[in-house]
Amino acid sequence: MMNKNILYGIFDDEEALLSSVKEIRSNNIEIEEVFSPFPIHGLDKALGFKETRMAIMAFIYGCIGLSLGALMIYFIMIVDWPQNIGGKPNWTFYHNMPAFVPILFECTVLFAGHLMSITYLIRCGLFPGNKSDSPDVRTTDDKFLMVINTDGDTSSIKEILTKTGATEINEKDA
Amino acid sequence: MHKESEIRDPLILGNKTYHDISKDVARPVEGKANKYWWVLFSLSLVLFLWGVACMAYTIGTGIGAWGLNRTVNWAWDITNFVWWIGIGHAGTLISAVLLLFRQKWRMAINRSAEAMTIFGVLQAALFPLIHMGRPWLAYYVFPIPNQFGSLWVNFNSPLLWDVFAISTYLSISVVFWYIGLIPDFAMIRDRMNATISPMKKQLYSFLSFGWSGKAKHWQRFEEVSLVLAGLATPLVFSVHSIVSMDFATSIIPGWHTTIFPPYFVLGALFSGFAMVETLLIIMRKVVSLESYITIKHIEYMNVIILLTGSLVGTAYITELFMSWYSGVEFEQYAFLNRATGPYWWAYAIMMTCNVLTPQLYWITKIRTSFVATFILSIFVNIGMWFERFVIIVTSLHRDYLPSSWTMFSPSFVDIGIFLGTIGFFFTLFLLYSRTFPVIAQAELKTILKSSGSEYKK
Repeated sequence: MMNKNILYGIFDDEEALLSSVKEIRSNNIEIEEVFSPFPIHGLDKALGFKETRMAIMAFIYGCIGLSLGALMIYFIMIVDWPQNIGGKPNWTFYHNMPAFVPILFECTVLFAGHLMSITYLIRCGLFPGNKSDSPDVRTTDDKFLMVINTDGDTSSIKEILTKTGATEINEKDA
Repeated sequence: MHKESEIRDPLILGNKTYHDISKDVARPVEGKANKYWWVLFSLSLVLFLWGVACMAYTIGTGIGAWGLNRTVNWAWDITNFVWWIGIGHAGTLISAVLLLFRQKWRMAINRSAEAMTIFGVLQAALFPLIHMGRPWLAYYVFPIPNQFGSLWVNFNSPLLWDVFAISTYLSISVVFWYIGLIPDFAMIRDRMNATISPMKKQLYSFLSFGWSGKAKHWQRFEEVSLVLAGLATPLVFSVHSIVSMDFATSIIPGWHTTIFPPYFVLGALFSGFAMVETLLIIMRKVVSLESYITIKHIEYMNVIILLTGSLVGTAYITELFMSWYSGVEFEQYAFLNRATGPYWWAYAIMMTCNVLTPQLYWITKIRTSFVATFILSIFVNIGMWFERFVIIVTSLHRDYLPSSWTMFSPSFVDIGIFLGTIGFFFTLFLLYSRTFPVIAQAELKTILKSSGSEYKK
């Protein structure tokens, strides 16, 4: 019967953590999660993460904003109540467009910025009242923490952690 | 890991560790306010309350309470509006444009600059609202279906562009600010002791949205920040361009010029950086952040002020030249009247404070002195207020019909509302400096090893 354990490797330094992540992954050990007080350059690649699609979403949201803005202006200024304002062409959207550019731009930015941020919060599970699930409160201050799930043999993993510069290793029964 | 040239000056002084940064950033939140804070806060609050009283008086009696007349029908309200919006521009420039340019020195100051932006834009938004006379009808400016027939807003009007630009700018700035604040609120939350201050712990727990700093979250965080910066950069330029079109699309001599959009954007950055300096030079002392907001940061900002100040000066001279070169009599008179008419003193203040005194920053000693910078930044704030006053009032007070030529003098209500917004601004900023992480500490920690003084030896 193997007993499942959770290992917490705690580091003082982001470079040590980064090299440790590489070392552990090259030994085919799966890293469950890494907690850090700030973004570490290259960590996402070292952990084998895919690129985030936030920017693509922002582009799509921007297109939605632009289309909705155009639709709104088209309906209000051309369809519902065309008015002659200062002799500006008011019978086609196309001819009146130069005057609509500022608001079309603002609608694009408004939608892209807000919807992307909302997507980010939802994808990361961030919302008011949610509790942090970090195993150690120091990870928002100056400690870098690696979580590894194991079944059975922890000594070899501990050895790698110590070798690569972990300052503290904690073990918990799953 | 970023590498940096050794000859670059350090941006974080004193032998700081990651933990020291957390401690220093959390100190104003955890500690008690000192005497100076209370003095400044009471003063701001009194000004703010006086402003509220003047606003209530305006709304109760009507716009007639102001010094406006039929000739000068736009004066202090729009001057203040443009001034506050302009001040709001530096925050986004620092956090968005400098992020795209990978300027590391932005990290110590972007949080406060953005707070300043948001509070400045709030003050600006007050003025159109009050000037409506009946602010409870403010929803008329939005394109909402209504029961008054098809009474839609006019999408050809720069005033409506303004509504969209400023509301987008304000809300995007708040979002950008808050996305960056979440990890820093989490840091403060994790330092709070639940038994000693349970209320505070709960508050910061609520504000931090359960942030824990997972690797995937950081990856998304960086991408979202970058995209928001990319969106905010054209936004910041669009906002003041659109504000300038409030004037430029009219046919008043002195307003009807194509130079206005770039000229206004530069002026906005110029005044915004000056206000950032005014605030930060005080704040670094009051909340002891001398190690993070250093003379190097001030010098970089002074260089931007020197650049934008010179460009603004060029715009003034271009404007003068073009009015002569246009051959239009009315245009020529408008500018002659600005410089030599009854408002010559306002023009002189504008020229001195915006064009002449910032040139002192060519001198290294002045550029790298806190005292000189503080004084000169106040000069710029004053000069930029007068720039808007000159543009607005001198173009209006002598119109096409000499019999209706007149002067403008503000009533006590005009002055009271302006002082009130200054009070409101400082009240918000002082509250912010005691409850928010005033430095983007998570970002700052990423540059400690490349720009910290003990790592640069």
